[in-house]
Amino acid sequence: METSAHDILIIGGGGAGLRAAIEIAQQNPKLSVAMVSKVYPMRSHTVSAEGGAAGVAAKDDSIDEHCYDTISGSDWLGDQDAIEYFCNEVPKELLNLEHWGCPWSREPDGRVAVRPFGGMKKMRTWFAADKTGFHMLHTLFQTSLQFGSITRYDEVFATRLLVEDGAIQGLVGIELRTGKIRAIQSKAVIICTGGCGRVFPFTTNANICTGDGMALAYQAGAPLKDMEMAQYHPTGLPFTGILITEAARAEGGWLLNKDGYRFLQDYDLGKPTPTPVLRSMELGPRDRVSQAIFGEFEKGRAFKGPYGDYVHLDLRHLGEHKIESRLPMVRELCLKYENLDPVKEPIRIRPVQHYMMGGVHTDIDGQTTLAGLYAAGEAACVSINGANRLGSNSLGELLVYGARAARSAIEYIGRANGHVSQSAVLAQAFDEERRLEREFLNKTGGTERIAKIRDEMSHTMETGCGIYRERDTLIESANKIRELKERFQRIAIDDHTRTFNTQLTSALELGFMLDVAETIVHSALNREESRGAHQRRDFPKRDDDKYLAHSMAWRSPEGPPRIDYRPVVITRWPPGERVYGR
Amino acid sequence: MPQYTTYQPKPYRPRMSAYWYLDQWNYLRYAMRESSSFFVAYFAAITLLQIAALDRGPTAYAHFQQLMRCPVVLVLNALALAFILLHAVTWFLLVPRVALRQMLGRPTPNVIASVPNFMVWFGATVIVALFILRVI
Amino acid sequence: MADTIILEVQRFHPESDTEPSYQSFEVPLRDDWMVLDALNHIKDQLDGSLAFRWSCRMGICGSCGMMINGVPKLTCETLLMEYAPGPVRVGPLNHFPVIKDLVVEMDDFMAKLQKVRPWIVRKDDFKPEREYIQSPAQMETYHQFSLCINCTLCYAACPVSGLDSNFIGPAAIALAHRYNLDSRDQGIEDRLDIVSQHEGIWDCTVVGECSTVCPKGVDPSLAIQQYKLTATKEWFKSFLLPRGKN
Repeated sequence: METSAHDILIIGGGGAGLRAAIEIAQQNPKLSVAMVSKVYPMRSHTVSAEGGAAGVAAKDDSIDEHCYDTISGSDWLGDQDAIEYFCNEVPKELLNLEHWGCPWSREPDGRVAVRPFGGMKKMRTWFAADKTGFHMLHTLFQTSLQFGSITRYDEVFATRLLVEDGAIQGLVGIELRTGKIRAIQSKAVIICTGGCGRVFPFTTNANICTGDGMALAYQAGAPLKDMEMAQYHPTGLPFTGILITEAARAEGGWLLNKDGYRFLQDYDLGKPTPTPVLRSMELGPRDRVSQAIFGEFEKGRAFKGPYGDYVHLDLRHLGEHKIESRLPMVRELCLKYENLDPVKEPIRIRPVQHYMMGGVHTDIDGQTTLAGLYAAGEAACVSINGANRLGSNSLGELLVYGARAARSAIEYIGRANGHVSQSAVLAQAFDEERRLEREFLNKTGGTERIAKIRDEMSHTMETGCGIYRERDTLIESANKIRELKERFQRIAIDDHTRTFNTQLTSALELGFMLDVAETIVHSALNREESRGAHQRRDFPKRDDDKYLAHSMAWRSPEGPPRIDYRPVVITRWPPGERVYGR
Repeated sequence: MPQYTTYQPKPYRPRMSAYWYLDQWNYLRYAMRESSSFFVAYFAAITLLQIAALDRGPTAYAHFQQLMRCPVVLVLNALALAFILLHAVTWFLLVPRVALRQMLGRPTPNVIASVPNFMVWFGATVIVALFILRVI
Repeated sequence: MADTIILEVQRFHPESDTEPSYQSFEVPLRDDWMVLDALNHIKDQLDGSLAFRWSCRMGICGSCGMMINGVPKLTCETLLMEYAPGPVRVGPLNHFPVIKDLVVEMDDFMAKLQKVRPWIVRKDDFKPEREYIQSPAQMETYHQFSLCINCTLCYAACPVSGLDSNFIGPAAIALAHRYNLDSRDQGIEDRLDIVSQHEGIWDCTVVGECSTVCPKGVDPSLAIQQYKLTATKEWFKSFLLPRGKN
């Protein structure tokens, strides 16, 4: 058992994690910051974000309008104080990133350019060609290299949070290179581990998005909030699930069914116009557009393909020049993965899971219910995205809340006192080492294959917990997940070596995903209304009397999670009707 | 048996073969391009011999010309010419990669940028040929 | 048309092997599968101990670089059909120490990236109220070099990297060049000391393979040659027009 200690520990090396690390290094260079990530930071899933980051920039735009768009986009489930803070801070953060070298696309006069995006009334999305997440991540990573106070633990897989006396004491992880178990002690831990899309079968998410941080927090006793709110992105490629950015629609792309008809007009999203109109038709919010596409599938007006139904995203009328300058990556991806050129043919797309609005519950300071535990980014749920996230709000969230959680952590360790027994903490760490050896490394005679349980889990999540849900299928899924958790105990491990054991990490990730999947299903089962991304066929209306509240899933020692509710913070925008296209 | 101590795996460090350039066609092309410098030196040596022979008078020069007519030397010179042409062509194609040039707001394709080099080379060759053939 | 293909994968388990060896696997040959899908099939269905890195599966994270029939490629972007009827040889990236199977050690590369100071360096205290003004033309000069995903295929392709492990390498130099050309940066002198050493740009003999294998069109070879010009100019400036260092 190798041990080390740092002042603040960050799990996850993506946009939120790096921003938090830089904030700590800049605010107080004397604090030692550890950044633990199961992959090298530049592999974090932030890298694949394409569209942009919204921040009020133009003179005719206002913070209040950004707030309203976000609040109505969230179907009034977003906490308005957090949203106000976010909308105020995000332009400053984006500008800060520009000073750090981020190559935001420019207007001819040299000023940062903005583009329209779904659900936003004004153009306020900053972008870097169509690789915004890539440029942001690499800018943050390269900027972080100049700070000596940041120690990176690359390819260390966190398996458990250490908690003693109701406060965080650090974590236990596996150093992948050697297989050594490490205990890293720290009074403050910030979880920035991203989303959990791999719980679903068709997702834009990378292989690493398995909800590790969410499960770690949940297992340590912190609740997960709004887990039923899983966002489906309308335009993903059918087999791989690869994302075709919303920017393709923002630049003027059309969604067509098999009759070549712009079907969104049938779903209360406005009337079709030749050029895009903000908050209307293809620039509607993601949940409504995904639901409309699904509607076409059910009406039989979609194309049939080897991997299921699909519709068309038509970019041909934009012309080659526009596609090459504004959407080069879209063209590249279509040519490579679908063998079609968007300049000449419409793109085959279907809704795919993309983002998890839910996550580790935090307050407006990024603090969870566990002392010393913070969370930021997609892994957290503050909540600014509520029941549906608007495109280009999540990249900004990484920066704003990454920095805020960092500042909260600094403040916490400044006043944290209380003597904790070192031996008690280390005893927990040794306990974890023995558990890993007993349940995985030294285990023989297992009968279940990891891939099989994973496939069954994702299949049941799609059927029971997809875009449209209802009580019976949700209960079936809940039972199935229970069964899979039990079968997981009998998993077969072929690789008993210590060095870079990726089968071990796959098994651990599956364990995390099963926990997270259970919270998703139970939160969905208990919310008996339809709001944003959570659509119940048996409760098709929004119910503000009972459910203007966040679902909180708490771990219970035996059996399914306990779900209770926490009211939404309303400041200046009382709940109203979500109107698009009118 | 490997000397593995728990938690201290030794990574495998492959050694690059001395014949690495035979692995890929692109590497072989590179190796030929670099070895063409040898033939440039060879030609320079021949030219120096030629000048020295010229300096010593007509019999020495006739002896030199006879030497140049030997079949072995002819083959060697032909090979050298091939390599020198390779040397010149690859050099001219490479030079545009070095200069930072933006024409019409876009980086210029290398091939187009190397055209002036080739034109100058061709022009110089024509002039030298005219000299040799006693036209000028 | 056969419906399966053989993959010959390099295996190396340091706990039991001193040398790597090749193991053959038969996988389905589907026309929309990438080589990565074949590797995942092996891991999920045939041999769970096969270790390799992958993440985004869309050619942007840079994790899945491997040698396929002797050429460094991103396995998530390489169509399996291209190699039909096979067999296809899959090995870890050349010129890196191999930790296990297809996983290589990246420490050296990460250290080299850090060495070239890849961040905006300002020598003055000027902070604009809003953004630094940068025209699209100014961005065009460095934009291509900012597209590097750190996949290190260029290091696997570069024979100099194989022969001299101290060579800073194409990606690191291209990144340094990207910052030099960025109109917001003032750190060209800081980077010069590191990059214009023998293990820096001058180790490069213009093989050009780095640019050939680069999956993102970064053209690191161009960056290196441009850097040689820059370094030479700066060297002349330093003794024809000497300036005190601050």
